[in-house]
Amino acid sequence: MQNLISIRDLEKADIVHYLETATRIESGEIVPDMGDQLAALLFFEPSTRTRFSFETAMKRMGGRTLFMDGTTSTSAKKGESFADTLMTISMYSDIIVIRSAVEGSARYAAETVDIPVINAGDGANQHPTQALLDLYSVRKTQGGLENLTIGLIGDLKFGRTVHSLVQALASFSPRFYFVSPPHLRMPEDICTDLTAHGGQYTEVTDPESIIGELDLMYVTRIQRERFADPEDYERVKDSYVIDSSMLKGVKTNFKVFHPLPRVNEISTDVDGTEYAYYFQQAKNGVVMREAIISILLGDAS
Amino acid sequence: MKEMKVDPIKDGTVIDHIASGHALQVTEVLNINRFQIVMIGLNLSSNKYGRKDIVKIENKELSESELNTIALISPSATYSIIKNFEVVRKSKVTMPQTIEGLIVCPNPHCVTTVERVPTRFAIETDDPVTVRCEYCEKSYGISEVRIRIHP
Ligand SMILES: [Zn+2]
Repeated sequence: MQNLISIRDLEKADIVHYLETATRIESGEIVPDMGDQLAALLFFEPSTRTRFSFETAMKRMGGRTLFMDGTTSTSAKKGESFADTLMTISMYSDIIVIRSAVEGSARYAAETVDIPVINAGDGANQHPTQALLDLYSVRKTQGGLENLTIGLIGDLKFGRTVHSLVQALASFSPRFYFVSPPHLRMPEDICTDLTAHGGQYTEVTDPESIIGELDLMYVTRIQRERFADPEDYERVKDSYVIDSSMLKGVKTNFKVFHPLPRVNEISTDVDGTEYAYYFQQAKNGVVMREAIISILLGDAS
Repeated sequence: MKEMKVDPIKDGTVIDHIASGHALQVTEVLNINRFQIVMIGLNLSSNKYGRKDIVKIENKELSESELNTIALISPSATYSIIKNFEVVRKSKVTMPQTIEGLIVCPNPHCVTTVERVPTRFAIETDDPVTVRCEYCEKSYGISEVRIRIHP
């Protein structure tokens, strides 16, 4: 049974297969037909964007979705075990997409049911469909994945998307700049994993010093709640905001990425520039999820 | 001065070459009933390791999961099966690739903590032992996790 649970489960060849399939779907070379397929979207934690992206992907392929959210239908309230909920849902549907704050719940779901499971985010752990759409966007804008210079900026400690991106790109000889406040640095085990796979990184605190070297910059939000002292937040928050004045002198292939939603970490005056890629990135999420669903349901050829 | 020895046993298991200071932890994780005689030697001299601990248990054979647990506590340990004062089999404990059910995941947000799901850990490095939860994917040094007694 094929599942998509964690980027750490994927070999380089698997990643390439996912990306190739998305490319062929986008170009119209493959037209997946999910006319007789039903995807169960189990969202035990709300995420409107991720949910819409999956629904759009499934419906664009002619498939249908059924949705269950954590507040109205939590089985826990009725005393039903998580395993029983999963088993029941698997009897109704062909594929399960699961989102939960509980880390490892997607892996457990995949071990419990006999239909494919996609992890749509499990707490601080993994969000592999986001990582794959990010890679797809990287490849589309840069023409490839090898030897890129990438700046990651913002909350690198708690940011699940940047962790997955580093893990996913690690074996493609990347050179990373990690730009964050000191207490929101990239966790050590991610850094160790990266160098073990042949990647490099440098930690800096000022984005302007390195922006000219970058092929792309991936911006994430710094949340006020991550600071014990509100004054610390006020002091650093503007150091990690990207505006159009910083983009003079960037490389011609340079692009700004963001997983969305943004608050103010990318100034809206960047939106109209040729460097803004975040809305396109969200659009790529649909075609990437079409590819993932059709690969797991065996209709990607 | 003559070296101190732990008395031989007739039938049972001798766990030798336990890292010095870990014998009590070994006896804690073994399923030992109140009729089994246990002899514990602490800080004995060893050619290989300087100091070592020994545990001898009468009328006991170690289960697979007990051997795995001992490997986690002290990868250097060996065990001998004794029948009628003779060693009938001697072997090193071997570190398994995955450990099922024995280790408690310290992550409060892990599915094994929140739901009734048995844990499964992968051994990432042997010495020092580090383990990674196969559900929440967090890694820990062996001293950071609790090993469940008598699973
Ligand atoms: Zn865990």
